[in-house]
Amino acid sequence: MSSGANGRRGAMPPGVTNAVELQKKLGEHDYLADEGLSTAIYLTLRLGRPLFLEGEAGVGKTEVAKVLSRILDTPLIRLQCYEGIDVYQAVYEWDYARQLLHIRATEALGGDRENLERDLYSREFLISRPLLQALEHEGETPPVLLIDEVDRSDDEFEAFLLEILSDFSVTIPEIGTIRAERPPIVVLTSNRTREVHDALKRRCLYFYIEHPGFEREVEIVRVRVPEAEERLARQVAAAVGRMRRMDLYKPPGVAETIDWTRALVALGARELDERLVEATLGSVLKYHEDQQRTTAAGLAALVAGARGA
Amino acid sequence: MVDAAVAFGRVLRGAGLSVGPDRVMEFVRALEELDAGRREDVYWAGKVTLTSRPEDGETYDRAFEIFWERGGEYRQRPVPKMRFRIPPPKDSVLPAKKTVRPNREGDREAVTLRYSPVEVLRRKDFSEYTPEEFRELDRLLEELSLGGALRKTRRLEPARRGHYDARRTMRGAMRTGGETVRHRFRRARSEPRRVVVLCDVSGSMSPYSRALLRFLHAGVISGAPFESFSLGTRLTRLTRELAIRDPDAALRRAADAMEDFSGGTRLGDALKEFVDRWGQRGMARGAVVVILSDGWDRGDVDVLAEQMARIHRLAYHVIWVNPLKARPGYQPLAAGMAAALPYVDTFLSGNNFESLRRLARAISDAAERDRHGA
Repeated sequence: MSSGANGRRGAMPPGVTNAVELQKKLGEHDYLADEGLSTAIYLTLRLGRPLFLEGEAGVGKTEVAKVLSRILDTPLIRLQCYEGIDVYQAVYEWDYARQLLHIRATEALGGDRENLERDLYSREFLISRPLLQALEHEGETPPVLLIDEVDRSDDEFEAFLLEILSDFSVTIPEIGTIRAERPPIVVLTSNRTREVHDALKRRCLYFYIEHPGFEREVEIVRVRVPEAEERLARQVAAAVGRMRRMDLYKPPGVAETIDWTRALVALGARELDERLVEATLGSVLKYHEDQQRTTAAGLAALVAGARGA
Repeated sequence: MVDAAVAFGRVLRGAGLSVGPDRVMEFVRALEELDAGRREDVYWAGKVTLTSRPEDGETYDRAFEIFWERGGEYRQRPVPKMRFRIPPPKDSVLPAKKTVRPNREGDREAVTLRYSPVEVLRRKDFSEYTPEEFRELDRLLEELSLGGALRKTRRLEPARRGHYDARRTMRGAMRTGGETVRHRFRRARSEPRRVVVLCDVSGSMSPYSRALLRFLHAGVISGAPFESFSLGTRLTRLTRELAIRDPDAALRRAADAMEDFSGGTRLGDALKEFVDRWGQRGMARGAVVVILSDGWDRGDVDVLAEQMARIHRLAYHVIWVNPLKARPGYQPLAAGMAAALPYVDTFLSGNNFESLRRLARAISDAAERDRHGA
């Protein structure tokens, strides 16, 4: 079919010529990245390499892909991985219902049965799944392809991804090879539920996203929940910071900090107090044991510590 | 710039990172896009191209500092002295000779020289094994099937009934010109259920550690999805170390990785580390988790109970193997053992080959029930 030669790689938002400008651009679109992450994203765009992001749940891995599609003004195509995912769910599938109808129609109308098979397995009856959509995308800017939680898929699928990410083409036996005119901008994320194979990582630029520092987290909260007063944002960030040091099963990520702030704002909070924390604990700690532990350690002390920050 | 990048790549490789020439070229390309005269740019260009795991970060930082800031002189930091060193001779792996207990009759000479026929060996307590018998154990373990534990995956395979398979139905219809349509089906394919084995290597277990570690080795090289860890004062993942065929070399590598061999036990803390770092993220989910330990815990017993409860919630089946269980009149009196038992689905002894064979069968059985949907 189309046989582009994987032309010019990469894409850059207008007005961005270096990592610092990109960092600013990301900030304008409500994503506050530190220097390391902005440099990693900048290199991804420049070199046209997939970006492999790891980190605890809720540190903003998926957000990276979303903000990239916003600043480049290009579609975000998302492939959510899960155990057992295969080519038919990730790349393409035939539209069987329509194929059967076509057979019936051909028979009824006494049509050309010679070429029936060829007709049935033509582009017309092919359903594109995310990976094929990303390769077939037409337009000035390549799309952003998010391959989310790749650690949930299995080895076979990983090997297949490796192939696709190497030459951005896929072969469908009945149709031929479909090659991307311009390779998509690829972001892969992993929660490290298992070690993803080195060969796949080697195709990518790698970045491990850590929990943000206090000041950055305050900034993130201010940007994402503008209704929250600065005092509240600081107290929430401080309290979350304390929780992360408490040795919990699932330390809260930035996503939880934002959820929590939203919950507090919805209750009309202007600053933390014990009663509010108790009422909203479920939006920041998602395990019963973690809530118990935090409550046992003393919500009053948590609030006092956070207010002092 | 290329020369410097290549040299830096070599340094990282020496420090244990897997940095091939492809990565180095990627590093150079990244530098071309950035300001190679700026420290931060060089640092991040290298970090995103030359590391691929969070654990690489620390090594990278150290190497970067020394290589780029002290003019490229890089010497590896001296390796911290191990408390447990493995002497190279072939049959002196585990445990240290002095911990091999004399048998009941107290005749040490007889124990070290006698060679038992296979039938006797199968029932002989590991703590009374001679070096020759350990060699024989390797052969026995080779015959032990560990890959038998099956579980369903979400991948589907053709079957006589199950999910409707439109793809294959369509193909079939094509062959007959679209007339007589034979309906086809798929069902979930069975695949080995993951087995995670945690082996206590503290001092009180040392008469058994060597044999049990060989069991871990047999599991890792069986080709089944098999993860192994040692539990002592801390947790050590051994899967990678044990993944070579030669049992002696594999055990030597494992021993090098464990800094707490034959030390104390903080079972609860080590298990917590397992659940936090590996188990909850996915390794223990739906798995058969096997703990090889006598249940002596010098840490907080409540911690152990809590972690066992977590493991029990995550795992498909929990098996506890205690070498002491075979002793006449054994009662689970060790506080840790008593605390753990409520969360154990199957409690076995683990003092001889016969008990390991039963363990292998228990692992398979755990999945067998699953296949029949019970």
